[in-house]
Amino acid sequence: MSEIFGIPVAVILGQLMLGLVNGSFYAMLSLGLAVIFGLMGIVNFAHGAFYALGAFAALIGLQQFGINYWWALLLAPIAVGVVGIVVERLLLRRLYRVDPLYGLLLTFGLALVIEGTLHQFFGASGRSYPVPPALQGVFNLGFMILPIYRAWVIAVSIVVCFATWFVIERTRLGGTLRAATENAPLLQAFGVNVPLLVVATYGGGVALAALAGVLSAPVILVTSSMGSSLVIVVFAVVVIGGMGSILGAVISGLALGLIEGLTKVVYPEASNIVVFVIMAIVLIVRPAGLFGRE
Amino acid sequence: MKRKTVAWALATALAALLGAQTASAADDIVIGDIDDLSGNYADVAGTGAVEAIKMAIADVGGTVLGRKVTVLVADHQNKPDIGASKFREWADQNGLNVLLGGSNTGVSIAMAKVAAAKKIPFFALGAGGASLTNEDCTAYTVHYVYDTTALANGTATTIVQAGGKSWFYLTADYAFGTQLQTAASKVVEANGGKTLGAVRVPLAASDFSSFLLQAQASGAQVLGLANAGGDLNNSLKAANEFGITKTMKPAALLAFITNIDSLGLQTAQGLYLTTGWYWDLNPETRAFGKRYFEKMHKEPTMDQAGYYSATLTYLKAVKAVGGTDSDKVMAEIRKTRINDLFAKDGYVRADGVMVHDMYVMQVKSPQESKYPWDYYKVLKVMKGEEAFGPMTGLCTIAGK
Repeated sequence: MSEIFGIPVAVILGQLMLGLVNGSFYAMLSLGLAVIFGLMGIVNFAHGAFYALGAFAALIGLQQFGINYWWALLLAPIAVGVVGIVVERLLLRRLYRVDPLYGLLLTFGLALVIEGTLHQFFGASGRSYPVPPALQGVFNLGFMILPIYRAWVIAVSIVVCFATWFVIERTRLGGTLRAATENAPLLQAFGVNVPLLVVATYGGGVALAALAGVLSAPVILVTSSMGSSLVIVVFAVVVIGGMGSILGAVISGLALGLIEGLTKVVYPEASNIVVFVIMAIVLIVRPAGLFGRE
Repeated sequence: MKRKTVAWALATALAALLGAQTASAADDIVIGDIDDLSGNYADVAGTGAVEAIKMAIADVGGTVLGRKVTVLVADHQNKPDIGASKFREWADQNGLNVLLGGSNTGVSIAMAKVAAAKKIPFFALGAGGASLTNEDCTAYTVHYVYDTTALANGTATTIVQAGGKSWFYLTADYAFGTQLQTAASKVVEANGGKTLGAVRVPLAASDFSSFLLQAQASGAQVLGLANAGGDLNNSLKAANEFGITKTMKPAALLAFITNIDSLGLQTAQGLYLTTGWYWDLNPETRAFGKRYFEKMHKEPTMDQAGYYSATLTYLKAVKAVGGTDSDKVMAEIRKTRINDLFAKDGYVRADGVMVHDMYVMQVKSPQESKYPWDYYKVLKVMKGEEAFGPMTGLCTIAGK
């Protein structure tokens, strides 16, 4: 039993492990999207740009101010979250009463502006962000060499996803948030400050994207286009999981990472479309997504 | 009120456009540069190339034969139709005399067709595709700096001869990547090496580690990277992270100094690559590097130095024939040896290849690097004939 369909088991295990790492990024990014869509009804196309902004915030922090990785994990999401809050207050809130399509167009335009600005200042080739000293080195798992940093990504992602799910589904604050999505005017009549909830939600969702950006900075080169290639896949993940479903976003993020990993061994050329093939099938069979409510 | 504002905005925009159009007077020598100014290749050529053209014009005193030399610049956004239509527009309306540019093979092929139709010399710079001087050659195309043949001959030959016999390729899944892999594997096999396998990676993949583990599992000695730009950077970064560079020799089939600067020497060290030029070769190249650095705060890439050289080559030919007649200028360019800071004894062959020495380099380790941008050590200087190989016969206007 050392081979399955002619592929060594060790290779499959290795690819599954890497799939889990990529799935962790998908899960964290789609989580933010799901929260924003679920609670605000905004299709946040700027999510990839905020992810890139998080990585750049970490990079600038390190190069200009000597802020290390650990502080960047905390400070970059806060900084980018504040940018998100400004965007919500100045732009997005004007669009709540019109068709959701306008929100999509606005955030798409915003993504182009953010990426263009980063491109202007940092060029096309990108910069390298070093792996923090404490997380350098590798684990030898027997079937593969796993860099310690990649294992760290999986751990952080699981903790963040669980914490977000817990806050929204199991706490009083989360209950209020969910109530606001069901019937905002009624909740406001009870004396709850709904606009504040909405802005906090957007800021929080954007901060999650920035956190994923900081986490990915040591793994891939920090470039202005790093988010645009990822955000399309992440949207597919959210659609598969069910728009607005937090559990769906996390589970389908991890699962699609694994499936993509296997595709890379069996038929590498298809590895960038397999997610969309699954999305098409899911849309035909269950249009609301795997975990969505009909 | 609103209508008035719109009218004003339109008028201002039109005035700006007109300003750009009328910049060249009738008897100016007009050099056009159509290039990627905003996309993936913007750091490799882009605004740095425009600066290099201006430096060359300044070095001839701004005028040739008493005629002012002016430059037109446009961004082709990596779209062949934009590049070709801009070229046509300049040829019809702005008295264009010569076009420089490219960076992207697809756009360059489209622009070469316009060059043939309008009979205007076209210096293709930065595009890799060797088809520009084979199937797609024209009497007005000059292919400067490098092509896929020279890159494969340089890197692959050197590594196979040094004992790296078995290769596994990480190939970008589009025309450029597969052409590069084919060119390299031909050279590897001709020198007694063998190809153990290849994996075709979708363009701009977000993670390369899966593909790299497959390369490692093949047991090959050499990791042939048939990709470019951001894909090359990310695959090298992951190869380093997973310790693959300890067991396999990484060989970049196309790398620019900007790649190395982005990655840092810690990650890029030991990499084999071939380049048409390097700023730190001799006092002349260093002097150019210094001049360029003062303006752009970076050392020039081989492409940017090529733009400088191509501009000079064209203007020298114009001076020699006493005018801008395209056929006379092209004949002069083919006849005269190119000797400047970019090439020594370079010459333009009948098929359009500018044959000149290429350099096989290895990236230094952080300890070996003594000053900023001290990135390469020269492993081998490859003669132009050896690097670019004999004419293939595919270019019908050139003969065999």
